[in-house]
Amino acid sequence: MSEATVISRSVRASRGGLTAYAIWLALALALLLLPQLFPSRLALSTMSLMGTMIIFALSYNMLLGQTGLLSFGHAVFFGLGGYFCVHALNLAGDYGWPIPLPIFPLVGALGGLTFGVLFGAVATKRAGTAFAMITLGIGELVVSLALILRRFFGGEEGITTDRTDVLSFFGYSFGPQSQVYYLVAAWCFISVAAMYAVTRTPFGRICNAVRDNPQRTAFIGYDMGTVRFIAFSLAGLFAGIAGGLSAINFEIVNAAQMGAVESGSVILMTYIGGVGNFAGPIIGAILVTWLQLVLSDATQIWPLYVGLLFIGIVMFAPGGIAGMLAMQGPVIAAGKLHRVAPYYLLAAIPGAIAVIGLSILAETSHQFSIRAAYGPSITLYSLPFDVTSPLPWIVGLVLAAGGVWLFLRAARLARNAYEEAIAGGAA
Amino acid sequence: MIEIIVVSTLNGVLYGMLLFLMASGLTVIFSMMGVLNLAHASFYMLGAFFGFEITRRIGFWPALVVAPLLVGAIGMAVERYGLRRVHSHGHVAELLFTFGLTFVIKEVVEMIWGKLPADYRVPGSLDFAAFTLFSSDYPAFRLFVLLVSIAIFLALLLVIKRTRIGLIVQAALTHPGMVGMLGHNVDRIFMLVFGVGVALAAVAGVIAGPILITQSNMAGLLGPILFVVVVVGGLGSLGGAFAASLLIGLVQTFAVAFNVSLADLFGSTAAGEVLSVWLSDIWRVTVAQVAPILPYLLLVLILIFRPRGLMGTRDT
Repeated sequence: MSEATVISRSVRASRGGLTAYAIWLALALALLLLPQLFPSRLALSTMSLMGTMIIFALSYNMLLGQTGLLSFGHAVFFGLGGYFCVHALNLAGDYGWPIPLPIFPLVGALGGLTFGVLFGAVATKRAGTAFAMITLGIGELVVSLALILRRFFGGEEGITTDRTDVLSFFGYSFGPQSQVYYLVAAWCFISVAAMYAVTRTPFGRICNAVRDNPQRTAFIGYDMGTVRFIAFSLAGLFAGIAGGLSAINFEIVNAAQMGAVESGSVILMTYIGGVGNFAGPIIGAILVTWLQLVLSDATQIWPLYVGLLFIGIVMFAPGGIAGMLAMQGPVIAAGKLHRVAPYYLLAAIPGAIAVIGLSILAETSHQFSIRAAYGPSITLYSLPFDVTSPLPWIVGLVLAAGGVWLFLRAARLARNAYEEAIAGGAA
Repeated sequence: MIEIIVVSTLNGVLYGMLLFLMASGLTVIFSMMGVLNLAHASFYMLGAFFGFEITRRIGFWPALVVAPLLVGAIGMAVERYGLRRVHSHGHVAELLFTFGLTFVIKEVVEMIWGKLPADYRVPGSLDFAAFTLFSSDYPAFRLFVLLVSIAIFLALLLVIKRTRIGLIVQAALTHPGMVGMLGHNVDRIFMLVFGVGVALAAVAGVIAGPILITQSNMAGLLGPILFVVVVVGGLGSLGGAFAASLLIGLVQTFAVAFNVSLADLFGSTAAGEVLSVWLSDIWRVTVAQVAPILPYLLLVLILIFRPRGLMGTRDT
């Protein structure tokens, strides 16, 4: 190795270190300044929810993305973390324990870790499909038990608490939403950094090895069951932090938060964002939380759209949104983004038309069959029309079919342009 | 007491056979394609709603034939245009694809039929008492459901064990590559097996719809139990699925029939006083209330003591 390469490498390393610090600094700044940009109460509570979901989705990606374990019961640890946190808050409030609120997510973490260890000992004996089924079973078991053990789980109403009851923290009571936002943001930053650090450790690398090639990992002397077990417990710990924050934010926990719907929604977030990239679940958590809020205001059948988006990602972009963004890296490096971008635009237009067509079909048939009692007229895209006439059906069908057909053609063109740009960059 | 046992056994076998109608398709699909179809219970729900709609418009008997055919066709389309494309991304992507499908099917059902239970009634021609048992009537429709399930079970056994198609399917289970070499179109076999598997689930939906509640959450309620059945039976084992279906069917119906709690058992003893304080939550819980968690407890116990399942052969 010549001296020049050593120097250039060390320069690159230090520059890499600098950009790495810059990213974390930017993240911290963004978390600090967001409330200045969006000061409304709704925005603050939305961002608090997003911060919680970012931790939850990242903890899930420790299983799915890093270790290749598909769990259908991850919300169990989220919910149990919430329950432990709520009970601790109530106890501390009743007995006047001198513990400030920012410490309480740790109680959630402890709850998540304890049950992660307990359930992990059973579930991580197997991998693959059997693991998925066991986690599904554990999820159902805990939710059914929650309805029986009423003293701890509070039955269907759940357990409520008051976050302002405990010791105030340097004068902050955490009554206003903005203070809760900063609490969530701080824990979000700590958790994101900690989970990123885990992926950099030898243990994180071995997790990836277990995901990519279990047989060879076993040959080099690692017990895969143990690796899966540690990953599962750690994921439980961070899910517990998220659950604790959620409990502090909403001041209530109920059994539904441990259920299949919540477990499903974290899968959607993580996969839509992208499992192959550390930032993927962050993007997914923000996007899906936002979609849930915006779409549920606009339409009753919003889960259909999220479900279709998920299937579309699984079928056509297994890397998720982060994967698609990361694919643009080489193009930008080659300085050829301007050559590819028009094709993306060309694909985006018929894609949007197809989505509009599909939504017209879905909303029209929804109004036609279920909401018939509300009369046959609806307003979609600020156009009022009558769902009993054939026109909206025809328009929806034409837009959807034509849009999909054009989109597939444009997507092929875009892929060709992309491959050309990459090939040119390499040469 | 004898009455409870006889009636519970009948109902348990009935429920078990319904479970097996679904578990059999699920098992064959899993052992062939290596993908556990998480949307299997959703196809069962589609069968129930198609059955309801066709019964309302034409009649129950056409529904019993047409609804499974329709669902089978949808299943084949899903395999051909969805699963086959995802196959190259690996098993996790396949599982996630079927998982996404459960969302979409549930939403489409809610979009068309709403969230309230559908008024799916026992057809008039079968709405009478088959026989009287200990002063209570046993409905003929239940007997019909039992007979249909047993008939399909026997037919499936015959097809798999005695026919040429069954031979090819059996061969494709273990040696898909070799079957392809011998000139069979493995892709088409997969598509047909997927279609037949979900059609069987749809049959279960059509005949179970009037007994259980036909509602958009029926897939979510039954799905997890179905997966318990295939894991407890041993992934990929038809015999195991059969045993586990009956076991879980019987366990659940018997548990519901017994209204015994810890308080009833130990209430009068000296230890009872102490226990009732410490176990206040579970002290008055009856066996019937615990029934929903029994399948999952069984799952966890099986995994601890016999991780392969009752009759499983492989450690997937």
